[in-house]
Amino acid sequence: MKGYIHSEESFGTVDGPGLRYVVFLQGCPMRCLYCHNPDTWKMQDGKQVEPSEIIDRFLKNQSFYKNGGITVTGGEPLLQIDFLISLFTLAKQFDIHTCIDTSGITYQDSDNYRSKLDELLTITDLVMLDIKHIHPDKHLHLTKQKNENILKFAKYLESKKVPLWIRHVVVPSITDDPNDLMDLGRFIGTLSNLKALDVLPYHTMGVNKYKELGLTYPLEGVEALSKEKAMEARKYILQGIKEIRSK
Amino acid sequence: MRRHYEEWSGFNGGAWTEEINVRSFITKNYTPYDGDESFLVGPTQNTLDLWDQVMDLTKQEREAGGVLDMDTHVVSSIVSHGPGYLNKEKETIVGFQTDKPFKRALHTYGGIRMAEKACKDNGYEVDPEISEFFTLHRKTHNAGVFDAYTPEMRACRSSHIITGLPDAYGRGRIIGDYRRVALYGIDRLIEDKNEQKMTTRTTMYSKVIRDREELAEQIRALQQLKQMAASYGYDISRPAKDTKEAIQWLYFAYLGAVKEQNGAAMSLGRTSTFIDIYAERDLRNGVYTEEELQEMVDHFVMKLRLVKFARTPEYNALFSGDPQWVTESIGGVGIDGRHMVTKMSYRYLHTLSNLGAAPEPNLTVLWSTKLPTNFKRFCAKVSIESSSVQYENDDLMRVSHGDDYAIACCVSSMRLGKEMQFFGARANLAKCLLYAINGGVDEISKKQVGPKYRPITSEYLDYNEVMEKYDEMMKWLANVYVNTLNIIHYMHDKYCYEKLQMALHDQHVTRWFATGIAGLSVVADSLSAIKYAKVKVVRDEDGIATDYIVEGDFPKYGNDDDRVDSIANEIVHTFMEHVRKNHTYRDSIPTTSILTITSNVVYGKNTGSTPDGRRKGEAFAPGANPMHRRDTHGAVASLASVAKLPFKDAQDGISNTFSIIPSALGKDNQVFMGDIEIDLDCSNGACGTPTLFEGLDAE
Repeated sequence: MKGYIHSEESFGTVDGPGLRYVVFLQGCPMRCLYCHNPDTWKMQDGKQVEPSEIIDRFLKNQSFYKNGGITVTGGEPLLQIDFLISLFTLAKQFDIHTCIDTSGITYQDSDNYRSKLDELLTITDLVMLDIKHIHPDKHLHLTKQKNENILKFAKYLESKKVPLWIRHVVVPSITDDPNDLMDLGRFIGTLSNLKALDVLPYHTMGVNKYKELGLTYPLEGVEALSKEKAMEARKYILQGIKEIRSK
Repeated sequence: MRRHYEEWSGFNGGAWTEEINVRSFITKNYTPYDGDESFLVGPTQNTLDLWDQVMDLTKQEREAGGVLDMDTHVVSSIVSHGPGYLNKEKETIVGFQTDKPFKRALHTYGGIRMAEKACKDNGYEVDPEISEFFTLHRKTHNAGVFDAYTPEMRACRSSHIITGLPDAYGRGRIIGDYRRVALYGIDRLIEDKNEQKMTTRTTMYSKVIRDREELAEQIRALQQLKQMAASYGYDISRPAKDTKEAIQWLYFAYLGAVKEQNGAAMSLGRTSTFIDIYAERDLRNGVYTEEELQEMVDHFVMKLRLVKFARTPEYNALFSGDPQWVTESIGGVGIDGRHMVTKMSYRYLHTLSNLGAAPEPNLTVLWSTKLPTNFKRFCAKVSIESSSVQYENDDLMRVSHGDDYAIACCVSSMRLGKEMQFFGARANLAKCLLYAINGGVDEISKKQVGPKYRPITSEYLDYNEVMEKYDEMMKWLANVYVNTLNIIHYMHDKYCYEKLQMALHDQHVTRWFATGIAGLSVVADSLSAIKYAKVKVVRDEDGIATDYIVEGDFPKYGNDDDRVDSIANEIVHTFMEHVRKNHTYRDSIPTTSILTITSNVVYGKNTGSTPDGRRKGEAFAPGANPMHRRDTHGAVASLASVAKLPFKDAQDGISNTFSIIPSALGKDNQVFMGDIEIDLDCSNGACGTPTLFEGLDAE
């Protein structure tokens, strides 16, 4: 089965452990104000690729990925869950480390969905979950979607003992409120499968893509955040984690 | 015959005591080092003071327009100048090309016009008597070459289908085995050369006469070197007795070479592990401390950074700056399986921290998967901090060059003291493709430069037709190119012989005949466009193709796509096969390189629009790099394309220039190294910068 692919990056250094082959999938139901990949929103866009083509390209240069593996991102990769299952199934035949970079938005509290998800999780080594906002209303404002299922997804991953990295983008005036950050920490602190916390400063590198697509940039005028500020935000999240864990 | 000098006490014996054989000395005596960099020390006060002085002089030089002082009266030779110093009291390693630092020497044997122009362009004038002498009475390399050039060669030269030829300047690329001077002392080396001279054949064929004359020149150069060192107060007739002398002796030998030759690349060799043997002995015997050893290395490297030549703006444009290519090869693995990293390898790289980052000397790590992990990590760290380390694939080169080769310039490997190279610049294969389309007419000058083959007249280019004509045109180009080089090297040997550098070689050396290719990725993409898209030809009023319109998309070199990578591979192989069909001077073995590391801009400027959509005058990609912005699948795919090029056809080297901002190498060293289940106590300072894991206690 083919997947809709936006692009592939053979030298991925920031999407999971080690040097990774990163596959950007098409399609996303979220409309985050700060999205820097608006060109991946449409589902049936880009090129159609077989899992074997991706695995072939990976294996050809396998020696580069000794400590890494494959990461699927997007877009929202879980929208194409059947494709992921066949891609990772093949990857596991070659003992390749697999990672999903997701917003968790596709999660549904149904047996039907969970049985499919379970199939994928057994062949997934790491999930990087990007929690956009811990506060339900603010999440809705930021992404046009509710965060209820996302948080359930996190708990579900915990129950399945899937290693988890939490990512969080800090945008000035939108996701930098210390109270919200502490709340986020209090939530993820309860997750026993949490392995790492990646706090990313908001950047403006997506602006040109909006221009090219003829879209208005929603965060016009908001300046990129410094690394130092992101580290500060990270401290609040850690504080939340510590607080909940010391209880 | 077996020798013993008191300077050798404490060393393990071996073949090296009976013959000139530095490799034997190294393998019998070096100590591989597996530890980390924690033993390294910072600069001494003297080092800092001297470096301040250098920075001040550098500033003055820049303010003076790029050159602070030039000698216009004394022709440079090994003994042309008295001693020069920065600060005699503080320098542990001494010697400058002229009698003071930052004063550029006058090199006339390569060509008097180039020497005059280099002076004139910088506001100086060569003594008229010297100009007259080298015009009327003493012929130069440059004059010799132009006496012999054919009209066709001249035409190829002015149309830039062959460019950067060393016909008016020193060819360089020869590395003397400067270590020999330290290990044996001059007297033993002279004795060896005398013996060689006494045992030449006795029938005086011109070859034998040339050998005898060259040996006499070599012996004279060695004597002059001894004289030069004596002017600094050192007696180098005997072997060096400790680390300081070993570095000093070695540096004198190198200094003699750069006093004698203004070569396009004046590389140093592979000296760090050799010097380490002295350092280990001195540390063992309490002769020097780590501080003293690092200071000597810092001062040595400082001297190497101050090697300067008088050059013209055109030369600097061709080479993007004013490079000396003082390449030093570090590390690698021995034939016996032991890696060759020593503490001295660390000390050399550490100069980038003690003196700050700099492009010279060109510190080159001979990389192998078998290098110790600590050293690999150290290299990565130094690279990130200084962006000044070059890497070469030792696993690939060791197969054909053994474990005592070094890199000349940027990629040319040769066994020290056993192999030398005739440097041959590059043939512009992109322009050659345009000649194939236009039947030998130059697309810019409109002159008939190549042979008048039938041009392509169709509206759209047909792959098979283009390939057939391109093959013919490459055959022609290889012929005229190789023969041009034959003339150049004959004349260079005759009028500008590298007597000191060759004195530090064996009698019978292997000579590599180096050719080079420019514009490979342009050619690969052009042929791919012709094959997989449609390329429409735009012709001017004379019917000459001057532009191309590409309709549709095509696979581009640099994306690990075999459809186009195989074209690049085939072009390299085909061109090399054509080169091999020609006679090469002095029984040299033809090789080629793909390393327009610095001249890609100039080559591109002189080449019309190409069928890949590149505009007239637009720069080529450097070396074997993909064209700028055409590699869209990330660095691994891009490197994989380059890695497919056939090394057997490009033994002189393939280069890929790769820049990356440190933060693009991951935000966290541990994550980049592939760990996820690591110690979560990183916050205790073990990991340095904050990591993704910091603060997450595993409760």
